[in-house]
Amino acid sequence: MNALCWFGKKDVRVETVPDPEILNPRDAIIRITRTAICGSDLHLYDGYIPTLEQGDILGHEFMGEVVEVGPEVKKLKVGDKVVVPFTICCGQCYYCKNDLWSACDNTNPNAALLEGINGHNAAGLFGYSHMYGGYAGGQAQYVRVPMADVGPIQVPSDMPDEKLLFLSDIFPTGYQAAEYCDIKPGQVVAIWGCGPVGQFAIRSAFMLGAGRVIAIDRFPERLQLAAKANAETLNYEDVPDLIEALKTMTGGRGPDACIDAVGMEAHGHSLDAYMDEAKQALKLTFDRAMVLRQILQVCRKGGVVSIPGVYGGFLDKIPFGSAFAKGLTLKMGQTHMVKYMKPLLEKIQNGEIDPSEIISHRVTLDDAPRMYDVFCNKEDHCTKVVLDPWANRMAA
Amino acid sequence: MEYENIYQFHSRHNGDGSPFSSDRMRAMRPWAAISTGAALAVFGASRKSWSGTAMAAAGGLLVYRGFLESHKSARPVHVERSFTIYKPVEEVYNFWRDFENLPKFMRHLRSVETRPEGRSHWEARAPLGMSISWDAEIVEERANDYILWRSLPGGAVEHRGSVQFRSTPFAGGTEIIVSLDYRPPAGKAGALFAKLFGENPEQQVREDLRRFKQLMEAGEIPTTEGQPSGRRSPFIRMMHAARAERTTMQERSAS
Repeated sequence: MNALCWFGKKDVRVETVPDPEILNPRDAIIRITRTAICGSDLHLYDGYIPTLEQGDILGHEFMGEVVEVGPEVKKLKVGDKVVVPFTICCGQCYYCKNDLWSACDNTNPNAALLEGINGHNAAGLFGYSHMYGGYAGGQAQYVRVPMADVGPIQVPSDMPDEKLLFLSDIFPTGYQAAEYCDIKPGQVVAIWGCGPVGQFAIRSAFMLGAGRVIAIDRFPERLQLAAKANAETLNYEDVPDLIEALKTMTGGRGPDACIDAVGMEAHGHSLDAYMDEAKQALKLTFDRAMVLRQILQVCRKGGVVSIPGVYGGFLDKIPFGSAFAKGLTLKMGQTHMVKYMKPLLEKIQNGEIDPSEIISHRVTLDDAPRMYDVFCNKEDHCTKVVLDPWANRMAA
Repeated sequence: MEYENIYQFHSRHNGDGSPFSSDRMRAMRPWAAISTGAALAVFGASRKSWSGTAMAAAGGLLVYRGFLESHKSARPVHVERSFTIYKPVEEVYNFWRDFENLPKFMRHLRSVETRPEGRSHWEARAPLGMSISWDAEIVEERANDYILWRSLPGGAVEHRGSVQFRSTPFAGGTEIIVSLDYRPPAGKAGALFAKLFGENPEQQVREDLRRFKQLMEAGEIPTTEGQPSGRRSPFIRMMHAARAERTTMQERSAS
C-alpha cells in the first residue's frame, strides 16, 4: 500500500509499504477512505517531537471501511463504515472507565519510554512518534486499529465522509476545549488560534451557551471562517495592544474564559515572543509560550483557562503569580475522544454543525508532502487539508 | 486490614528482616565506588602535588574496582513495585495464584509447573534456548490477601517473592504490592544467572508487572511488532532487529 512516512525535519514522503496485518485479537484493519493533516502533525514535521524514526507512517485523523477483524472483535463487522479516534483506548482501566480516555494505561507498548519523558504513561496514539507507542498512522490506504470495539464509531453510510472525518480528532478537541471553560449562559469566551481546532472551539462555545466569542488570529481567511460562525474577530497584527483591546471589549473585566488553541509553536511580535524563538533556536527552551502569557494576563479574575493546544516540554517566564492572584482555573490535555464522538455525531446528523466548511484543500496522498509545506507556511489560504488515499494524482 | 510496608511484611513472615536487603546495598556498592573514586581522582589530580597524585591513583583504583564489580556476573536482582489493577481482588488474586500464568507476563520465565502441596517447578529462559530451573514452595498465603513463596535449596537460582492484594478505596480495583528477589546460589559463580535478565533487570521486571496489568485489564499486551513502515536506514533497521521482542498473538493474550 502507499503511506506517508516521516524521514526527518521537513522531510515526509509517500512510500510503498506492506499492508497492515492483524497483530492482536482485538485488532481490525480499516481501508481508509479519507484522512487529514492535523496542526499537531506540523510539530512532527518541524522536528519538535522527539522519538520519531525514519520510515514512521504519520496520520491520526482518518475514517473508512472495516475489511478485517481479529478473533476477539465483537461489535465491529466487516463492511462497517467507521470513524476512528486518534487515541487508542482499552476501555477497561481506571482512566477509560472514568471518561479520562486519553490517559489510558494499557495501549502504549513503549509506556516505560513515555514515563521516562513525562513521568506518567498515556494512551497510545496513531502516527505520533514512539513515545506514544509508535503506531503506524492513517495517512495511508490501510491501517491496523487496535482495541477496535472501544474507539471506532459506526457512522451512516449515506453521509459524505467530509462531514464525518473531523470526529476523529479536531471536532471533539474543540468541543472539549469549550466544555472545559464551564461556560455560563451569556459569558464571553476568547479563543487564540483560528486553525481547525479553534474553529470547532468557536462553534462549540456557542453550542454550550456563550453569549460572545472573540476569535484571535492573523490570517484573514481564518478570521473570516470565525466570523462566519458569529465570532468577533481580532487580528493581533493590526491591534497595537491585544490585552487592552480585550479588556475594552469586555468592560474592563477580561474574557470569562480563554482558550489556547495554538500551543507550543506560538508566533508573535512581542519581545517575549522573540526571546522564546531565540531560546528555541539555541535549544534553551522547548516551547513558545507567548499565547499562554497573554491569556494568564488578560483572563477575568476567577475565570477559566482551557488549553487544547499541544505543549511538549518546559515553559519559561510564565506569570504564575498573576494567575494565582487572580484565582484562575487551568484545564488542559489531550482529548478524551470516546466521551464525545457519539454525542457530536448526533449534532452533525441533526444539522447543528457542518464540519466540512473548514476544509480548504482536497488532494491525493501523493500531494501530501507538498501540502505539509503549504499548511506549515499557511500559504494559499490553507486551513484544513483532506486527503483521498485512493485517488490518482490530479492534473497539475 | 491496614497496609504494612514491605519490610514489616517480610519480617513478620520470614523472621529475617527485609528481603535480601543486604543485596540492595551490595548492588549499590560498585556505583558508590565509581563515583567516590572518580571524585577522588579528579580532586587528587587538581592538587598538583605528590599527595595529590597518590589520591588520584587511589581514586583511579576505586573506579577500576567498582567497574569490575559492576560487571561481575552475579548481581542480585531485587524489585518492589506497586500497581493498581481495575479488576476485583478475587480475579487478580486467582490469576496470580495459578503460577502457571506467570510466564504469560514474566518474559524471563519459560514455564512454571504447579505440583502438589503448594510446590512448583520454575524454568527461566537462558540464551541459546537453554533454561535454568529451580523448585519453589508457598511459604504462606491467605486468599485474596497475600502469597509468599521461595525457592527450595539446591536450585540454579535463589528466588523469593511476595504479593499483597488490597481492594482500592474506589470500587472494583485492586492494589498489588509485589516484591521479587533473584540471586545466584551461594558460592556459585552464577554466570548463567547474569544472562537471565539482560542489561537492566529491575526495568525488565517492572515491565513484566506492567504486562500483568495489561493482561488483566485489557486482555492483551499492546504491540506494534510486525506493523508496516517506510524504508529505513540500515542503522535503524539494525537497532530494530536487536530490540525486537518477537512474541506471538497467543503469548500476548490473556486466554
